[in-house]
Amino acid sequence: MSHDPAEMSEDDERAPPADRGRAEYASPHADQVLENVLENVLVFLTCRRDRNSVSLVCKSWCRAEALTRPELFIGNCYAVSPARATERFERVRSVALKGKPRFADFSLLPPDWGAHFAPWVSAMAGAYPGLEKVYLKRMSVTDEDLAVLARSFPRFKELALVCCEGFGTSGLAVVASHCRQLRVLDLIESEVTDDEVDWISCFPDGATSLESLIFDCVECPINFDALEKLVARSSSLKKLRLNIYVCIGQLYRLMIRAPQLTHLGTGSFSPSEIVQQGDQEPDYASAFAACRSLVCLSGFREIIPDYLPAIYPVCANLTSLNFSYANINAEQLRSVISRCHKLQIFWVLDSICDEGLQAVAATCKDLRELRVFPIDAMENNEGPVSDVGFLAIAEGCRKLQSILYFCQQMTNAAVIAMSNNCPDLVVFRLCIIPRYQADRITEEPMDEGFGAIVKNCKKLTRLAVSGLLTDRAFSYIGQYGKLVQTLSVAFNGDSDMGLKYVLEGCSSLQKLEIRDSPFGDSALLSGLHHYYNMRFLWMSSCRVTRRGCREIARQMPGLVVEVFSWNNNAQDRGEENDIVETLYMYRSLARRVDAPKYVEIL
Amino acid sequence: MESIVDREDGLNLKATELRLGLPGREESEKETMASFKNNKRASPESAVADGSKGDFDAGDGDRETAPVAKAQVVGWPPIRSYRKNNFQPKKAEGEAGMYVKVSMDGAPYLRKIDLKVYQCYPELLKALENMFKLTIGVYSEREGYKGSEYAPTYEDKDGDWMLVGDVPWEMFMSSCKRLRIMKGSEARGLGCGV
Repeated sequence: MSHDPAEMSEDDERAPPADRGRAEYASPHADQVLENVLENVLVFLTCRRDRNSVSLVCKSWCRAEALTRPELFIGNCYAVSPARATERFERVRSVALKGKPRFADFSLLPPDWGAHFAPWVSAMAGAYPGLEKVYLKRMSVTDEDLAVLARSFPRFKELALVCCEGFGTSGLAVVASHCRQLRVLDLIESEVTDDEVDWISCFPDGATSLESLIFDCVECPINFDALEKLVARSSSLKKLRLNIYVCIGQLYRLMIRAPQLTHLGTGSFSPSEIVQQGDQEPDYASAFAACRSLVCLSGFREIIPDYLPAIYPVCANLTSLNFSYANINAEQLRSVISRCHKLQIFWVLDSICDEGLQAVAATCKDLRELRVFPIDAMENNEGPVSDVGFLAIAEGCRKLQSILYFCQQMTNAAVIAMSNNCPDLVVFRLCIIPRYQADRITEEPMDEGFGAIVKNCKKLTRLAVSGLLTDRAFSYIGQYGKLVQTLSVAFNGDSDMGLKYVLEGCSSLQKLEIRDSPFGDSALLSGLHHYYNMRFLWMSSCRVTRRGCREIARQMPGLVVEVFSWNNNAQDRGEENDIVETLYMYRSLARRVDAPKYVEIL
Repeated sequence: MESIVDREDGLNLKATELRLGLPGREESEKETMASFKNNKRASPESAVADGSKGDFDAGDGDRETAPVAKAQVVGWPPIRSYRKNNFQPKKAEGEAGMYVKVSMDGAPYLRKIDLKVYQCYPELLKALENMFKLTIGVYSEREGYKGSEYAPTYEDKDGDWMLVGDVPWEMFMSSCKRLRIMKGSEARGLGCGV
């Protein structure tokens, strides 16, 4: 870092050092000129992968890049310490942090494991006074952390908390009241404690700069009058996603105040308890019709299907529709979906049955992303959706890029058909709910189906497998899945060979999460050449032993190898040949200092 | 520290044994193959599951086998609990009570009652009488609610309107979607033993 008074940089944002006077001017050295020029060029580089490459050229470039990087993305909060990150990158305006491994979402990570925001917000408070944006995913955030955030960054504008927990409405209140320039407050799939604080009333009086207010996951009643007034004085508001405590009558009142909305989460979409028989209800359809810019609809948390026609006026413009909380049948869906010709993203419950999927396939020719969630999560012999609906989608929606599909039955033929019809698939996640379930018709394993996916879908980067799979399926994945970055495996495979195929073949693999599969130490050790290229490996209820894990730790000091013990007592940790319940390992430049007692770091 | 190779040579054939099934089980191969042929899964293990935040206390790894039909496995299928919880009230009107709307001909408001509160028809009818300040009387199979101006009816799962009292209480509980107290001639029509 050169604070030489002779710098010629025009866009110099650093505070001038005390001794820099304009009077003094000396010819700059050649490399200083180069560095100045470089900084001016680098400000245009936005992609972080490009920036990472730039930083590897030489020390000078590394410095220049570090000074000009405005957005810091940390995919694993334990990969680096807050101090080290803030030391290297001085002028960061936006920080994204991801914490817990994804299997935490399914109760596979014991509580209080970590991913605390506290040390990060504390480090950033000192290092980044100009911080404007924070994005957190699967982090543990407390009300105190939110208070520190709200008080430390006077220019703070955007907060997004995705799949986070540990805070409540008190924390939200502090953010609302102190962040005067707040544009975005997005709470997505997070757990928010009800401290009975009226946080909506905490926004400052007068016009706000709010552009996005998303709180559909907040399971607490809110002060509707305050919300109505807030919406009325937020003329820039484009995204509003309400929680289940907002009934349809209240939704109406908000919509007529905010016809400029582009994204709307409709709350419960049913009336509050008492409905006067024969009473005049508001013209909900007209409220929707007035929102001419609406492209994304969600909510419908307690939908009464009688009210569905209200959304007809906006269907033609919708690009995104989330019905994944709406318990509706095929007929009810059809009336809506037949109007949604521009739909690209569709989330839905399997209550619509194969028939409903056929209706989707018939109309939504532009569909890019489909997610079908199960109403009944139990393993059953039959379910409302199956390979029939799946095949319909494969045949009708040729532009499909991303699919998440839960079902009780599937066939290889349907999966193969999708692999042939949908060449643009980037994300393929199929969850056959009954474990070890074979092809419904042929009774063979699902190897060929998944094999076809990796072979034919040449852009595939994310894959989740299920059903009865032998090692053959994994040999296909290793052979053809050269771009696969994320792989999820559960109750699959025959032997160590399965995992070996993957570790040896999938050269782009970054995130591998495996549960309840018969992979052991031999397989684990076959990945030594690749683990530094990965963000993490998770293996739970597999066959790896403490000895195998320890061997990894010994050979790869740049990995943190966490093993979760049943016993909190360090002395009684278990024998070396014991199978470990959970292995979670990741590359890291830091040692964990906040691990709970049940985590053993080998 | 002995190397991994040593261990493989002598002692750990079981770990690399080729078979279907979950780790840690002593399931016989025959049983597994039979299950496979029947297109059913191998007897699933059942980890102790409470479905909610990791109850990290499953003992020393021993698992109990649950009845084959519907085993509960922790974290399977991979749906966030947030999504699972959202359907309890909708699906079966579970423990939260079974509320149905009650309308009465001529009254401006609907009411809602919790059917679970009642054990039998007489209790339900009494409650309706209290709620709407009227007399419904006694049910008879042949004549319905003769002697009363009112007849309690309900809409069943098929969308048909039935007279309250015709079917056994349990059947009524599982098929009743809403109630309507009919008045006047419509009511009398129902009581004519047709």
